[in-house]
Order: sequence, then C-alpha cells, then structure tokens
Amino acid sequence: MTGYIEDIGSYFLMLKRTFGSFTKRSVLKELILKEIDDLIIGSLGIVVFISFFVGGVISIQTALNVSNPIIPKSLIGFATRQSIILEFAPTFMSIIMAGKVGSFITSSIGSMRVTEQIDALEVMGINSLNYLVFPKIIALLCFPFVIALAMFIGICGGLLAGVYGGFITYTDFTAGLQEDFEPFHLVYAFIKTFVFAFILATVPSWQGYYMKGGALEVGKASTNSFVWTSVLIILANFIITQLLLS
Amino acid sequence: MIKVDNIKKRFGEEEILKGISTVFHKGKTNLIIGQSGSGKTVMLKCLLGLFKPEEGLIYYEEKAIQHMNEEQQRDLREEIGMLFQGGALFDSMNIEENVMFPLRMFTKQKKSEMLDRVNEVLSRVNLEGVNKKYPAEISGGMQKRVSIARAIVNRPKYLFCDEPNSGLDPKTATVIDNLIQEITHEFDITTVVVTHDMNSVMEIGENIVFLKNGVLVWQGNNTDIFNTDNVDVTDFVYSSDLFKKIREIQLKER
Ligand SMILES: Nc1ncnc2c1ncn2[C@@H]1O[C@H](COP(=O)(O)OP(=O)(O)OP(=O)(O)O)[C@@H](O)[C@H]1O
Ligand SMILES: [Mg+2]
Repeated sequence: MTGYIEDIGSYFLMLKRTFGSFTKRSVLKELILKEIDDLIIGSLGIVVFISFFVGGVISIQTALNVSNPIIPKSLIGFATRQSIILEFAPTFMSIIMAGKVGSFITSSIGSMRVTEQIDALEVMGINSLNYLVFPKIIALLCFPFVIALAMFIGICGGLLAGVYGGFITYTDFTAGLQEDFEPFHLVYAFIKTFVFAFILATVPSWQGYYMKGGALEVGKASTNSFVWTSVLIILANFIITQLLLS
Repeated sequence: MIKVDNIKKRFGEEEILKGISTVFHKGKTNLIIGQSGSGKTVMLKCLLGLFKPEEGLIYYEEKAIQHMNEEQQRDLREEIGMLFQGGALFDSMNIEENVMFPLRMFTKQKKSEMLDRVNEVLSRVNLEGVNKKYPAEISGGMQKRVSIARAIVNRPKYLFCDEPNSGLDPKTATVIDNLIQEITHEFDITTVVVTHDMNSVMEIGENIVFLKNGVLVWQGNNTDIFNTDNVDVTDFVYSSDLFKKIREIQLKER
C-alpha cells in the first residue's frame, strides 16, 4: 500500500519537475515537432484502419439485431453514431493508443534511462523531465484531432458497410445520423479525450523515467505501462461519465 | 581542482561511502580505482551531483556544490564533460548532432561555427567521415571516442570518465587512455577517471585514489603503487597473473 502512495507521489513530483526549468526554446520547438510526427502522425494509419472496420462492424451488428419491422431502419445510423462518438472513438481508441504510443514512450524513455542517456542530460545541467516529457504532453494536445478523425472514419465505415452490405439505404442511415443529435455529447467526448491524452503522455513517461535495471526491464516496464495507462483511462472514463452525463 | 571533504553516502541501511576526503588535481589524470562494488561509480556520481551525499562537502575550486544555488549549479555543469561507461550517446541523433548537442544547448553560436568546432573535436579523437552515422552504426570504441568528443566540445574545465575502456580491446583501450591524458594536459583540465583496469593505472595514473568498501585506503601515483606495502593495494594490483609474474621478477632482481 505504501508502495502505491510512493508511486503516486513520484508521479506528481515528476509533473512538477516537468514544468520546472525549461529547455532552450529553439530546441524545445524541434522536439515538439518530432513528437507530433512520432506520436500523432505515426498513429494515423492504424487509427484510420481500425476505425473504419469497427465502424462497419457496429453498423452490421446493429442491423442484424433490428429485424423487427416496427423499429425504423434509421436506428442503425443512430446507434452507430452514438456508440462511435460516445465510447468507441474516445475510449476504445485511447486504449489502443496506450498500446501503441504508450509503450513506445515507455520503451524510448526507459532505454534512455538504462543506457545513462538521462544521466548525460542531467550532467549537462538540462532538466531531463522537461526535455523528454514536456514535448510529449504538448504533442498529445493534438490527440483530439486523432479522435475526431476516428469518429469521422468510423461513421463512414458504418455507412459504407450498412449501405453496401444491403442492410440500409443511404437516406435512412444519414437520417439516423441526424436523429436526436445532442451537441453536448461531442463536448463530453472531447473533454474525455483531453484527459486521456494527458494520461497517455504522462503515465508511460513516468513508467519509463523511473525504471531500474536493463533491457529486459524495459520490456517489462512497457507492459506495465500499458496496464497502468489503460486502467487509468477506464477509471477516468467512468468518473467523467458519472460527472458529465448522469 | 576538486576537493572532497569527508563525504558519506548511504542507500537505505547500507553505507556505501564511509567518509572520503581527497583532492583531485588540475591538469592531471586522477584515477579512482578499486574492486567492483567498492563505490567508485557512486563516488563519481556524488562528484557530479547526481547523488547527494548525506554528509561532507565537495568543492569545485573554492566553492562547495552543496552551497551553490540552482543557477550556480547549472553554470558549473556547463563546465563539466562526462564520459559515461556505455557512452550514453543519444541514439535518436547522429554523431554530428550528438557532439553538437552541448553547443546547441549552451552557446549562441551560429550553425556553421558549431559545425567547425564539431569537426575539430571529432578529428581530435581521430574520427572523420562518420558525421552522419548513428551511434548504433559505429563500433564500441568509436562510440567511446564520440562520447569523448561530446564531453570536450564545450571546452570543459572538468572531465569525468566512468570506465572509459571497459569492453575494449587492449590496443583501443590504450588509445582512449592516452587520448584522455593528452586532452587533460593540453587544456589543463581536472580529469577524474574511474577504472579497474591495471593498464590504465600504469599508463595514466598520475594521482590514484584506491577505494575499498567505501573507504579510501591508499593514494599515490603509478610508480608508488608498485612499491607500496599496503596489502589491499598489492592484492588488487597483483591479482592478475601477468602482474604477479612481473612482481616475482622484480623481487628476484632486488
Ligand atoms: N542507486 C543505487 N541504489 C542503491 N544501491 C546502490 C546504488 N548505486 C550503487 N549502489 C550500491 O553501492 C555499491 C557500490 O556500487 P558502485 O556502482 O559504486 O560500484 P563500483 O565500484 O562502481 O563497481 P564496478 O566496478 O562494478 O562498476 C554497490 O553495493 C551497489 O549495490
Ligand atoms: Mg562502476
């Protein structure tokens, strides 16, 4: 138990030091651009792929389960939209990103730790946390764009699968998409996304930064990081949903 | 000059450095030697301020790092070059960027000026034509040399090396040792080298500090070390067969 309290303490201490003495501006700018490239741009392919097919599956599943003629066909569009905007894109995607981006962050910082590269930064008088973690936090401020893309592609996937699978007409689906639209649901989704982005940037960094040992431990830390990050995302999801929607 | 005044460092219950006092001289290669686990790396990291000793003071010239504020510590660190045991080159950067890194961080030079300086130090460590390669693409000995280049690029006053020749063949190891010594003399730097390699001791041991279980048991230079009666030191020095044979011959000749 005290172990957990220490962990939580070291996490917040890390955050404090991350926003401590800043790295030279021109260098920081470069680092941020590099992180955007690695963490955001590098993830777009997998995001598009997964969103498209999961969107398709959601729409087909819904279609197969509404065989009752009393229920309007437009429900398929409606249900696809709701599940993608509320849960699939923000939460499910963030957990997939915990696997991709999170373990990448942990292993890259962790291997810098075990090969003394972090010590090298500190010896030079550089605030290594600001140098390493701050650019990742800033880069992940773009994460909501990734999620917006996931929403859009997911709905397109649903539409195409529904229409070309012969389950629903284009008109019915788009009518469903526009049914009972609550703008607040989008606000809710993006608030979640920001929180998840912060978790995604900081928890894996923390796992990597404070790891001990050698190359084998880097692997273990990456796995740990995935577990921690996804558990925290699920918990945060629960809390935010309680606060905002109920 | 670096003066160490009675430093103690513990991890949990275990006291690793048990009150060490010594002086590391300017313009000399100062060596910290001792068996594995004797506390050499811990001592070096204390000197660097990466570990904070519970007791004792470490003076750089006149001023103790414990009495410096954050600003002064940062200024001091700009005067320090460090060669890590594994090189610690940034693997996301190529050789040129690695060596240029301290300049980019701490000077306002133009890119071309920095490049000139980088090429100057790279040729100083006899490395040319590898500028665009990445650390993973060059050999261990070359990595060490790049690391030396990075350590000296910003003209440090203090140079620290943790086992500069571990994992290298004897010839390359000697090249690295000599390089460190030449640089030390050439730029009048205070150099501290951690090693357990007897060859280095013989080659560059101008001031040797011998640690055993966190205690300084002997200090002297590379001639003294072969004439001392200190049992701990002779045990260490003559642990290899080669030096044992030399010792026997020496004793016969007496
Ligand atoms: N960060 C740390 N936390 C706890 N104990 C440590 C730490 N660093 C070193 N020690 C302990 O301090 C002792 C001395 O370690 P140190 O690394 O200084 O040895 P060394 O003389 O450099 O040995 P080697 O020649 O093998 O590198 C060891 O018993 C080690 O377990
Ligand atoms: Mg060591």
